[in-house]
Amino acid sequence: MDVSFVLIILLFGAAATFFVGDKWASKAALFFSTAAFAAAIYVTYLFNQGMGVDLTMNWIKAPRILINFQGDGLSLSMLLLTTALTPIIILASFKNSIPKARSFYALIMFMAFAMAGTFLSADGFVYYIFWELSLIPIYFIALIWGSGDAESRRKSVIKFFIYTFAGSIFMLIAFIYLYQRTGSFLNIHLYRAFLTPQEQFWIFLAFFLAYAIKIPIIPFHTWQANVYQKSPTAGTMLLSGIMLKMAIYSIIRWQLPIAPNPAAEYMYVLIGLCIAGVIYGSILALKQDDLKKLLAYSSLAHVGLIAAGAYTLTLDGLRGAFLQMIAHGFVVVGLFYAAEIIQRRYNTTEISQMGGIRIQTPKFTSMFMILVLASVALPSTFNFVGEFELLYSMAQTNIWFAVIGGTTIILGAFYMLRMFQQVMLGEQNAKLFADITFGEGFVFVIIIAVLLFFGLYPKPIVDFITPDLQKILLQINRFN
Amino acid sequence: MYTLVAIAGLGILCLIAEIFNLRKAIVPITILGLLGSLVLNVADYGKTLSYFNNMIITDTFSVAFTSLFIILAIFLIALTPVVHKEHKAKISDFVAIKLFLLTGAIAMVTFGNLAMFFLGIEILSISLYVLAASEPKNLKSNEAGMKYFLMGAFASGIILFGIALIYGAIGSFDTGVIYGALLENNNVPGWFFIGIVMLTIGLLFKIAAVPFHFWAPDVYEGSPTLTTATMSTLTKVAAMASFFKLMTTLNRTVPGSYITIISIVAILSMTVGNIMALRQNSVKRMLAYSGISHAGFMLMVFFSPTFTAGTLFYYAAAYTLAGIASFAVVLFVCTNKENEDVYNFNGLGKTNPLMAGILTCSLLSMAGIPIFSGFFAKFFLFHQVFSSGHVAIVIVAIINSIISLGYYFKLIIAMYTKESTAEKQTVPFTYGAVALIALVLNIAMGLYPSFALELIFR
Repeated sequence: MDVSFVLIILLFGAAATFFVGDKWASKAALFFSTAAFAAAIYVTYLFNQGMGVDLTMNWIKAPRILINFQGDGLSLSMLLLTTALTPIIILASFKNSIPKARSFYALIMFMAFAMAGTFLSADGFVYYIFWELSLIPIYFIALIWGSGDAESRRKSVIKFFIYTFAGSIFMLIAFIYLYQRTGSFLNIHLYRAFLTPQEQFWIFLAFFLAYAIKIPIIPFHTWQANVYQKSPTAGTMLLSGIMLKMAIYSIIRWQLPIAPNPAAEYMYVLIGLCIAGVIYGSILALKQDDLKKLLAYSSLAHVGLIAAGAYTLTLDGLRGAFLQMIAHGFVVVGLFYAAEIIQRRYNTTEISQMGGIRIQTPKFTSMFMILVLASVALPSTFNFVGEFELLYSMAQTNIWFAVIGGTTIILGAFYMLRMFQQVMLGEQNAKLFADITFGEGFVFVIIIAVLLFFGLYPKPIVDFITPDLQKILLQINRFN
Repeated sequence: MYTLVAIAGLGILCLIAEIFNLRKAIVPITILGLLGSLVLNVADYGKTLSYFNNMIITDTFSVAFTSLFIILAIFLIALTPVVHKEHKAKISDFVAIKLFLLTGAIAMVTFGNLAMFFLGIEILSISLYVLAASEPKNLKSNEAGMKYFLMGAFASGIILFGIALIYGAIGSFDTGVIYGALLENNNVPGWFFIGIVMLTIGLLFKIAAVPFHFWAPDVYEGSPTLTTATMSTLTKVAAMASFFKLMTTLNRTVPGSYITIISIVAILSMTVGNIMALRQNSVKRMLAYSGISHAGFMLMVFFSPTFTAGTLFYYAAAYTLAGIASFAVVLFVCTNKENEDVYNFNGLGKTNPLMAGILTCSLLSMAGIPIFSGFFAKFFLFHQVFSSGHVAIVIVAIINSIISLGYYFKLIIAMYTKESTAEKQTVPFTYGAVALIALVLNIAMGLYPSFALELIFR
């Protein structure tokens, strides 16, 4: 069994979800996504046993393009993240009555397929196809099932699509150029392309455009908050939980090893941009009255820190980025789910309309509290591990980066706790808040269990990804 | 060669069938006949044969393109009876004219002699003039036919003048002889090049490249929609293929100054076509301008003509299949409507998800989103132009691809987010079948691009 098996399950699941009809769509999607998760675990197990899980197939002769899915510590950990979050996201939308449910769940499954393919592809061209393919489902999810005024939603979604498409097409040009130089799209061949610093600069820039828009790094972030706010919650979770990780993963997998020179040369600029995003996102989050927008801006801040860590080109930075990607994926899905639960009951996302929930549902309050604390990286949560490594790596580069980047924790604590106070505490609200159901609580329990378990014992993940990160680092440092 | 004869004969058969009152059988028989000629055509594959003193030369290039034309013609003819429901009596005319048009298109890619080339282009054009004006009671159709005829006649005249000048310089119409004369003789008379320029102008007119595009939007809008579909798919790629064949058979290496002109025309076509398309409300006009921009993309094959025949074929096939599928949906939506404006598509995603899905996929293919063949077409094209060293034009092309998303998505958004204005109607079988088969072929080409890409070899 190789990694393509997971992809096949996801793709087949998407088709099956579409064909079983509206009534059974959500169950079929949940079943197939869980099956994909199980398959991913099994593939990881095989990989740990030292068995090959790669798949190589010829596809196009001229230009030479292979279908090559590679399982290693990095791609498999991201595959696990994707397949673990997909059932959670599907479970989170169970209670909503969704019109045309079969298309909705089929698109989610298809999106999981495209994202998993992005993580697994070792051939740059196939990677690019999956990368672009993941745009189509999220576009329709946000467009059709989104909330808010139709006209403004249309505008923000089309802006998002054109923005990201424009960025990634330059990446395609970079790949075409690399192909001219090496005669191959395979990443290991591209690593050995022997590019001049000049060439590396342009390649780096082309990749940077694609990734900076997707992550997003300042000043390419303008699409983000509106799309997050207007998408249905499942769409927001897919975007923030997995899709942005595609870009950070790609920085580590493609951009840095292929063109390490500019990354070292302009390190201060890059980290500076990322940290500017951290501060900017935090300050904007402070001013938000919309719960989903607040979470979107906090996500901007966190992701900025992850990208900054990756651009330090240290083992700690790369590892921290990976750990934090996984931790942030879970936490942000949990937080958006909490926002969704409140929205279901109050029909609003405005923070000023909320309050007094704690008295009515202590269970939900404590779960939400843990998620908020995890998000501000309290020790013993998984996020602390990641954030600590990130800040440590930045301290190795320049202590001031760590100092300024560290303010994200302070600012984060400030706006998250204030949000928590306004939303949950306070006088009893006139509006009734029904206690959460078993299904809703179940999702939280899974997320919190993952966060606490790996917060206390991150060793399995660290051991799993470190050898491959070292290999990547060897490629990055090959010129020095 | 037999394909050409068979299809011309099929056209005459259609006309005879009407006399014997066999109207109902015409379309099935024609489609069967076309499938038969497709087989006949494929039998010639892999050989280079010449007939009638080099009047006709079949090689892999002509066989590949002829097959594409036949497939497109099958789609177009299959749509004819549903579209012309009200004109049952005239159905044989519509079918026969399309068959003659196909004959012209095939002659345009199999020629070995400039006379044959001109015959082909005239057969094709005259059929189209008739088709454009085929709704005599519709003022716009009359206008379209007249406009197209006047402009097209000028273009034909210019082409003929160009051919005459080339004959004056070399003393032959035979492309092989001209090619040889150019190889041996370095000082060909100056009017030879004037002739080439005139040929180029005439053909750029036929493919509707900027600045010879002014007829296209009006004619596309005024003509009956099925004729618009014919013009923007079959005719456009036929003209493009014969342009490519003409330039490469007369002269293997395209000189630098010519490249400069072509690149200017290509850049102008892409940019003007896309920017004008952004502003259109009528779907037919929008597709016309999008066709102009695609012509610009296709012109990029001239940068390294020795390798790009396969790419041109792939691009043409991808573009026309997407075009056929989207026009089938446009035909379905806009029957019995006053115009073809975007608002007619409002809410199609709810009232008819299948057709909306097909149109969405076709538009995404034209925009160049992966897994649809349009993406691979653009990729192979960019890849080849890039390797020939013209980086700047690739960048322009890419910026244009991004712009084009704007208007393709206008239609997609209208289908999925706006409320429907019309009541639900059932899809006639032919519309659904044609659109679906075209889309399946499109995706199949995307999943397995090598087949179409490697059809043409020398």
